[in-house]
Amino acid sequence: MAQEIVEVPITGKLISIEVKVGDAVQEGDVICFIESMKMENPILVPVAGTITEIQVSVGEVVETGNVIAVIE
Amino acid sequence: MFGLFETGFAGLGGWPSPILMIAIGVVLLYLGIAKKMEPLLLVPIGFGVVLVNLPLGGLMDPGESAGVIYRIFFHGLTWEIIPVFIFLGLGAMQDFGPLIANPKTLLLGAGAQFGVYFAFFSALAIGNLIPGVVTIGVNEAAAIGIIGGADGPTTIYLTNRLAPHFIGATAVAAYTYMALVPIIQPPIIKLLTTKKERAIYMKPQLRNVSRTEKLVFPVIASLIIILLVPKSAPLIGMFMFGNLLVISGVTDRLADTAANAFMNVLTILLGISVGAIMTAENFLKLESLMVFALGVVAFSASTAFGILLAKLMNLVSKEKINPMIGAAGVSAVPMAARVVQRMGQEANPRNFLLMHAMGPNIAGVIGTATAAGIFLGMLG
Repeated sequence: MAQEIVEVPITGKLISIEVKVGDAVQEGDVICFIESMKMENPILVPVAGTITEIQVSVGEVVETGNVIAVIE
Repeated sequence: MFGLFETGFAGLGGWPSPILMIAIGVVLLYLGIAKKMEPLLLVPIGFGVVLVNLPLGGLMDPGESAGVIYRIFFHGLTWEIIPVFIFLGLGAMQDFGPLIANPKTLLLGAGAQFGVYFAFFSALAIGNLIPGVVTIGVNEAAAIGIIGGADGPTTIYLTNRLAPHFIGATAVAAYTYMALVPIIQPPIIKLLTTKKERAIYMKPQLRNVSRTEKLVFPVIASLIIILLVPKSAPLIGMFMFGNLLVISGVTDRLADTAANAFMNVLTILLGISVGAIMTAENFLKLESLMVFALGVVAFSASTAFGILLAKLMNLVSKEKINPMIGAAGVSAVPMAARVVQRMGQEANPRNFLLMHAMGPNIAGVIGTATAAGIFLGMLG
């Protein structure tokens, strides 16, 4: 199974997670919102698949490169 | 019954019509409050317009028993205190990191300024075509051109120096178009880029910028720019000073005030003063319509030139940049960067262009202030 690792693109605070492990997602769906620079930035699903892991939690300060989720 | 003669109702009729201006003020208030377009500016401006056009209010009377708003206008705008200090606050709110990490983006900020000059020459050309109708000399054209920089304080600063009779129109045009960035920019971006170009992926990891670099940058940048364009000293100097207050690490109290309380006070004063200039006599002229029409040209040209320069840079460099970030060279911070970010995600869900767009965005602020300095050097 091809694995897609979704990483944090911008340092900020993770304000909400819109998916759970096991969800089937489409390209373009919102995975989570990161607050940075006074904006709520949606992080989108790059390929259709199933969420197998989520490695961040709500309220956490995340940095560029941290893993958000794994999609298969 | 003699009190009735003091009421304002008698003054509402005739042309130029105060009622129309009050209606315009209400529209601005509506745009700000209901549509949430740049509320921090449109609400004070809108209110100022309504207030000053209610007849006999005396808020803008000059002279001995000067109106209170007139005093703010005279000392704040005519003496240029407000726009210059707003730049201090803006500098304290900025992070030059993305710009320093990718110095090429400085060029994109400069590229967008070509739009300013394009609008300048267009305005002059139109002024020459219809000489009897409106007067557009070099000074007026410069004030119209700088709207393309999408920078409110710079527009006010320059217009005040070169074409003070236009200040109501140019200020409102500048702030209105800044608020309309999410509407004006996307069609232009789509027109000038292919789907493939919009999907060009840019890695999120910009290199880490050290504190030393962030300290040295404002100082060296100010020195170079002010030596080259001395008239940009007030705006650029204050901008860099604001940034230094943040980066130095030892002036946090000042930096915090500059970015927050200070900025808010100035924004209130600026909004009311700008609104207050828009009396019916000053605003309801053909020139204002001209300013609004050419303002859109200026804005669009800046967006276009930023994108075209980015595409040009892609032809010569092997590491491709997404040409949309050129549109962020228009210094509406961070609106233009946000537009690019959103369109980037639409074209390619993996893409996160926000930080890449912030570089040109901030470079654009510096570029517009420098362009204003150049105009002042030539014409002031």
